[in-house]
Amino acid sequence: MSKLHVETSINGEAVEFLCEPQQSLLEVLREELDRTGTKEGCGTGDCGACSVLMDGRLVCSCLVLAAETSGHEITTIEGIAQGDGLHPIQQAYLDNAALQCGICTPGLVVATKALLDKNPNPDEETIRYWIAGNLCRCTGYDKIVRAIQDAAGRLAHPA
Amino acid sequence: MAEAHDFRVVGTRPVRPDGADKVTGRAQYGADMNLPNMIYGKVLRSPHAHALIKSIDASKALAMDGVYAVITGDDFPTVGGGALGGEGGGSMDGLAQNIMARGKVRYHGHAVAAVAAKSLSVADAALAAIEVEYEKLEVVLDVLKAMEPDAVLIDENCFTSGLPEKPEKPSNVAGVMTLARGDLDEGFAQADVIIENEHVLPMAHQGYIEPHACTASVNEEGFATVWASSQGHFELRGQVATLTGKGISQVKFVPLEIGGGFGGKTKVYLEPLAVMLSEKSGRPVKMMMTREEVFRATGPTSGTVARVKVGAKNDGTITAAQLWLAMEAGGFSGAPHMPAAMAVFAPYDLENFKVETFDVLVNKPAVAAYRAPGAPQSMHAMEVALNELAITLNMDPIDLRMKNAADEGTQAPYGPKFPVIGFKQCLEAAKKHPNYTKPVPEGAGRGVAAGFWFNIGQQSSAEVHINDDGTVQVVEGSPDIGGSRASMCIMAAETLGVPYEAVRTIIGDTESTGFCNVTGGSRTTFATGLAVVRACEDVIASCKARAAATWGVDEDQVEWQDGQAVPAPGVNADVKPLKLADLAAKAHKTGGPIMGKASLNAQGAGASFAVNIVDLGIDRDTGKVDVLSYTAIQDAGIAIHPSYVEGQYQGGAVQGIGWALNEEYIFNADGVMENAGFLDYRIPVASDLPMIDTQIIEVPNPSHPFGVRGVGETGIVAPLAACTNAARDALGFLVRDLPLSPPRVLAAIDQQGA
Repeated sequence: MSKLHVETSINGEAVEFLCEPQQSLLEVLREELDRTGTKEGCGTGDCGACSVLMDGRLVCSCLVLAAETSGHEITTIEGIAQGDGLHPIQQAYLDNAALQCGICTPGLVVATKALLDKNPNPDEETIRYWIAGNLCRCTGYDKIVRAIQDAAGRLAHPA
Repeated sequence: MAEAHDFRVVGTRPVRPDGADKVTGRAQYGADMNLPNMIYGKVLRSPHAHALIKSIDASKALAMDGVYAVITGDDFPTVGGGALGGEGGGSMDGLAQNIMARGKVRYHGHAVAAVAAKSLSVADAALAAIEVEYEKLEVVLDVLKAMEPDAVLIDENCFTSGLPEKPEKPSNVAGVMTLARGDLDEGFAQADVIIENEHVLPMAHQGYIEPHACTASVNEEGFATVWASSQGHFELRGQVATLTGKGISQVKFVPLEIGGGFGGKTKVYLEPLAVMLSEKSGRPVKMMMTREEVFRATGPTSGTVARVKVGAKNDGTITAAQLWLAMEAGGFSGAPHMPAAMAVFAPYDLENFKVETFDVLVNKPAVAAYRAPGAPQSMHAMEVALNELAITLNMDPIDLRMKNAADEGTQAPYGPKFPVIGFKQCLEAAKKHPNYTKPVPEGAGRGVAAGFWFNIGQQSSAEVHINDDGTVQVVEGSPDIGGSRASMCIMAAETLGVPYEAVRTIIGDTESTGFCNVTGGSRTTFATGLAVVRACEDVIASCKARAAATWGVDEDQVEWQDGQAVPAPGVNADVKPLKLADLAAKAHKTGGPIMGKASLNAQGAGASFAVNIVDLGIDRDTGKVDVLSYTAIQDAGIAIHPSYVEGQYQGGAVQGIGWALNEEYIFNADGVMENAGFLDYRIPVASDLPMIDTQIIEVPNPSHPFGVRGVGETGIVAPLAACTNAARDALGFLVRDLPLSPPRVLAAIDQQGA
């Protein structure tokens, strides 16, 4: 099977790769490009563990064909922290003990970034519906919702 | 309440040491290990739920470009029986046949062959090229039919265990457990009121978000290295060694971060296959399950049929209680019928009771441990019956439980007398809780139920190394599923008298630390924590000896206070205290590096009791059930890191809510699961839920230096009955079976109205 040549941008960096036509962005990120921070929980768009931003929009990378990313900008969990420490969203997850096993956390952090970029001051119901596509089996979501509320406050009022 | 004790570090809420790696994507989970020259393994699974394998022809697959190996059951050694460890039931022989069928498939999705190929797409094509000839057999799905004497046999060598004598004929009943005390007939004769119910609960899955995955590499001397996430790499190393015919020292198991387990990652599926494929191909092999494979071919927990009968006097005193419980094992024995039997009446002080539970083969996936295995199913029946009793007697349901509650000295139904326990404290807290004293919202219903889990001790090892700047390195072997590294750091810091930030904890692989049993049974903070504390005490003993030698005094003239060696009161020594860092800097002059170690089989695990309160709203037009508020009250002993204790209560509650309201394996008549994905097997999402209120009760366990009981499992037990009881309150009648999904609730409403 001949491979496709794709030029895209991942976390602000120009990236090119070869992929099979049926390969998902998730599979290429994880198995070809060593960006294993993005997790696979289902492969069918039901769990959100593979959440990434495509041109700023929240998508499940298991539902995006790798070849479709040509000419687009992808942000993964590896691109959330900006080199000078954790992003306030990440710090809020830690301070609120909003992770247990942590497998859903990269997807949730990305989803939180997408939410707060769009709506800096969401109420609890908005938060709960926004992250309804990100399954967490460990926490019961309580501490995740609180972390997102905390992160919104931190971003509105930087220390 | 949780934070009102005298500890310096215990009870605080620091950031976990593995946190930064887990919020940035750096942490490596089961599927994240990529090695040079690596290829991919995939499993061919049975399309039939019950069939004989007549032949397997893999020649076309092996001839394909990029296919490096094919394995079937013929490639694996036959192993003997022998019980599996951990909290799951079953035998090593059953596990061997479960990971790769030997001549017969026992459920849809059972592994039949596996391939290793250069890419996932080539591996998929190779699977499609393997030709398997099956002879279909009658499928046995219903647990009650499976128990009938003339039922089709799933295993012709299955003879019921747990009977006084081995039965003459095989059956699908793999095991029976009976527990009894007193005179049941006399007890029911004394009762003023008797409640009887039958409940059917379907199979449910742990639903960890990380599918099973591993990478294995076998070198030319047959030495295997396995990188995988699991709940216990030492026990899984043993399983891999046995199932592949290697010695334990021929297998190294490197624990990767685990993305949830809840009991389901206490036994192997892919690991022995990856080892065999690597051995055959000479290449590292990575294997990853799809979500569909996780549902079809890993171990959920048993579907059950429960028959319960409880009698009481008008004042609420229970005079007799009886449970009959049939539990689906799936294709291989191993239903948690023993803990189900032992747990069901544990919260209560009963004179007369009888419990019979059954481990029954059916053509469904072989079950695995799931958080407090067996207790949610058995205690659902009892806790619903108690609610019916309270309604009949016009008693408060908490008062009814208090009247019969077990306490210190009560003889547990499973034998021993309880040491100090916190059930009554949980009941008292529930009675006073604002979520119980507030009015029930209009049209809604409120339910209460109790939960219980034994908790276990088992074996753990730990070493503590003091770096030459006085910082502390803890090495232990219990996978960290929910923040246990933080708990170990806290307990080490508390014991040594150093700041939390001075301690790091790592989970060693099987070649770099001592044996630890699985992270299961709510044992890690208790038992591995105990090993860490003992290892720190070993460090302190060494430090005191070194200080004594430095000062020229006897060892018993030195004490350890606030992280430093000081002269004991009354000792006339004109010396400055020696901090851990001072001693570490001079260690090369006082005998070499400072380290402590401990290995133990922890005794005295403390049972953890719970009481939950839930308010449910029910839409009578659609049958949809909404959780309006939820309160989890549970005894932690002492909470080492209260945030992660709360997290266990909240997560357990929501898993139980999912089981109560939505989750179920739906099989068609051929035994094919029809909802093998997260879209149709619907676990709770954030918008389904309110905040989950928690209250940590602290009745310390005297068998742990800080009073730890273990909190991981109890939390899932109460929600099933609490939700059923709340729905009963809202609807005015009882819906006995689970889940309380819209179709079932709507049908019950329609039937009631008809």
